[in-house]
Amino acid sequence: MDWAYFLQQLINGLTLGAIYGLIAIGYTMVYGIIGMINFAHGEIYMIGAFHSLITFLICQAAGISGILPLTLLLMLFVSMVLTSVYGWGVERVAYRPLRGSFRLAALISAIGMSIFLQNFVQISQGARVKPMQPLVEGGITLMESANFDVQLSYMQIVIIVLTFVLMVVFSLLIAKTSLGRAQRACEQDRTMAGLLGVNVDRTISTTFVMGAALASVAGMMVTLYYGVIDFYIGFLAGVKAFTAAVLGGIGSLPGAMLGGLLIGLIEAFWSGYLTIEYKDVATFGILVLVLIFRPWGLLGKPEVEKV
Amino acid sequence: MSAAFASSRTNGSEVVKELAFFAVIALLMSVMLLGVETVDRPTGLELAVRWDLVLIAIGATVIGRLGLIFRRENISRLGQAVLITLSAVAVFEMFVRFRELDDRWVSPVFLDMVFSSVVSTIVGIAFVAIIFATAYFTMKDKTAADVDESAKLSSKIQLAYRSNTKKIGLIGIIFFIIFPFIFGEDRSAIDLATLVMIYIMLGWGLNIVVGLAGLLDLGYVAFYAVGAYSYALLSQNFDLSFWLCLPLAGIFAASFGIILGFPVLRLRGDYLAIVTLGFGEIIRVVLINWYDLTGGPDGISSIERPSFFGLADFSRRVPEGTIGFNELFGMEYSSMHRLIFLYYLILVLALVTNFVTLRLRKLPIGRAWEALREDEIACRSLGINPTNTKLSAFAIGAMFGGFAGAFFATRQGFISPESFTFLESAVILAIVVLGGMGSQIGVVLAAIVMIGFPEMFRELAEYRMLIFGAGIVAIMLWRPRGLLSFRDPTILLNMSQKEKVAGEIK
Repeated sequence: MDWAYFLQQLINGLTLGAIYGLIAIGYTMVYGIIGMINFAHGEIYMIGAFHSLITFLICQAAGISGILPLTLLLMLFVSMVLTSVYGWGVERVAYRPLRGSFRLAALISAIGMSIFLQNFVQISQGARVKPMQPLVEGGITLMESANFDVQLSYMQIVIIVLTFVLMVVFSLLIAKTSLGRAQRACEQDRTMAGLLGVNVDRTISTTFVMGAALASVAGMMVTLYYGVIDFYIGFLAGVKAFTAAVLGGIGSLPGAMLGGLLIGLIEAFWSGYLTIEYKDVATFGILVLVLIFRPWGLLGKPEVEKV
Repeated sequence: MSAAFASSRTNGSEVVKELAFFAVIALLMSVMLLGVETVDRPTGLELAVRWDLVLIAIGATVIGRLGLIFRRENISRLGQAVLITLSAVAVFEMFVRFRELDDRWVSPVFLDMVFSSVVSTIVGIAFVAIIFATAYFTMKDKTAADVDESAKLSSKIQLAYRSNTKKIGLIGIIFFIIFPFIFGEDRSAIDLATLVMIYIMLGWGLNIVVGLAGLLDLGYVAFYAVGAYSYALLSQNFDLSFWLCLPLAGIFAASFGIILGFPVLRLRGDYLAIVTLGFGEIIRVVLINWYDLTGGPDGISSIERPSFFGLADFSRRVPEGTIGFNELFGMEYSSMHRLIFLYYLILVLALVTNFVTLRLRKLPIGRAWEALREDEIACRSLGINPTNTKLSAFAIGAMFGGFAGAFFATRQGFISPESFTFLESAVILAIVVLGGMGSQIGVVLAAIVMIGFPEMFRELAEYRMLIFGAGIVAIMLWRPRGLLSFRDPTILLNMSQKEKVAGEIK
């Protein structure tokens, strides 16, 4: 067994998993609060990626791309703000009028929204793949072996650390602030929360905004990490992130992160040791297995069927 | 009631605030994706700025919002219509500008285009007039009585629809049967009708799963793919004829349905949806990567066309030992014969699907599906085995998907994994839900709206899917329960269908 290779796949998997986890949080929060699959969330992530790419290009044109930390912070901030507005807008236009209607209506509306956003970006930014030059280069060599050096790039460190920080901040937000309390209240019983003075509409909007902000960070990371984006990246990432959310137990924040990491690891190891072509099959295969034997996910609570 | 409306009137400064808020939202949404374009250059990406699009987007949003405020506050109907029309024209202008990148500031492109020739002037004026008229007549000054009135009207339409389903269905079938006689020489019309018919069949097949049994299936296209590939492979590797492969394709698809369904049908709605979606993707990935069998992304080409029930052939040069269709009936050779034959073939297949569904609905198994959709726990306590019941719905739905797939393969003569993407599943599901779940005629209506219209507007090319997506959202917002209403369970305790609708009117 080649431990160096194993370690490298582990690092790659964790990086990928962090990105999936960030997207998965958006799914899990929305599902927790209004019980619907926000199908357009993958598209929000894609829009986040485009926002960060364009912000970078603007920085480059303005001549401040040399100052790396400033550029990165600007990309992060601008993309988070602008993408959140999309999250808000999608909820406002496509979901809010259908709240209280039957379940499938919102799902179909979400699918329509997803098709719309994809094509909107395709038309406004072109269908070609957008390349992005690497901003954060270099890395640390962790281990040297005969035929293989284990590399931990600075970009991977940035991704993992940033994900960790965001996770901590959001967990605190949910656990400690009045906003988080309102969210948890809405999750348990929307009507009751409304009667007790929680502004339900605003809480749900905030949930979408938070999910979109996290997805935009994931989008920015992917732009920097892989260096290519196009208008179609949202679909597969969205499906996988949803898989991650289900795997971790939908409705649970730590579950989403754990699910994301697991999906990332499975994908990395599968492509590393088996066939790279069938990595998506592996992901979905795992999902099916989990759902059969533990439908409430790893960290979720089993739902009691009520008559 | 009028007092309540009067008290909800917002004052001027609040309106200004609201408009400013939406202007900011529109600015934030459009500033980068619309305002800046990434252009590929040999040196890398570069930026092109188009602030005019941002301005138009903001303008359209603000004007549209003002129109909605007018509507909310019951201010002049004319004003509402004018504002909505203006907003629509602004959106149109924006799309036109995507194409015309030079001389942007010279003049509004829309006006430019409209007055460039007589035809475009007429088209432009007609466009504005249609939007204006629609806006004017749908945005009535709504009072409480009017709301009541319109609800009554829609119930009446529904009552009329429900008590006349048979007649409507019959008229529809007759129309589709005589369709080739009307458009016999128009190749594109027949092609379009065949395409719509494929989707009607798929919609009816999925309707069994989603509409009757209430199982949300996001991967229906997988069965369609299984059907298509099983016909293509059987015909190429074993030289079997279409008529032998058609039932085989259905059987294969149904077996896939059972294999997939068996482990996952215990899951609740949304989980089931995502697993079926995953299954659809797995099938596609396998089709792409199993190069030896499926030809990978290249697909399978020159798939055999169907013969006239094995009796005659449709090609111009008939192979040895067979006779041509035209010779059999003593007609001139025409390439339209095959197309019309294919049209009737899919029509018959679709009608079979419909007929089987209608019959199944009356059988114990159909009753069990509907009961399961309404209340699973009650069913279980009454001794219905939910897994087997769901499995049968899944398998039968899959079988019809397989038939449609085999037909698709023989019609196109070429298949590749490209044709079986998630988008297809979404379109089929959208047809079922937009039509009104469980409603057979609704599926036909939705298929015509969703497939027929976009195909007719092929020139819109890249905007087609954009409008398609927006259209789905719009129809869902307008009629969340589908174009034609939901199908209630075929039998209800103590209440006949008519009484129930009559109850709704009151």
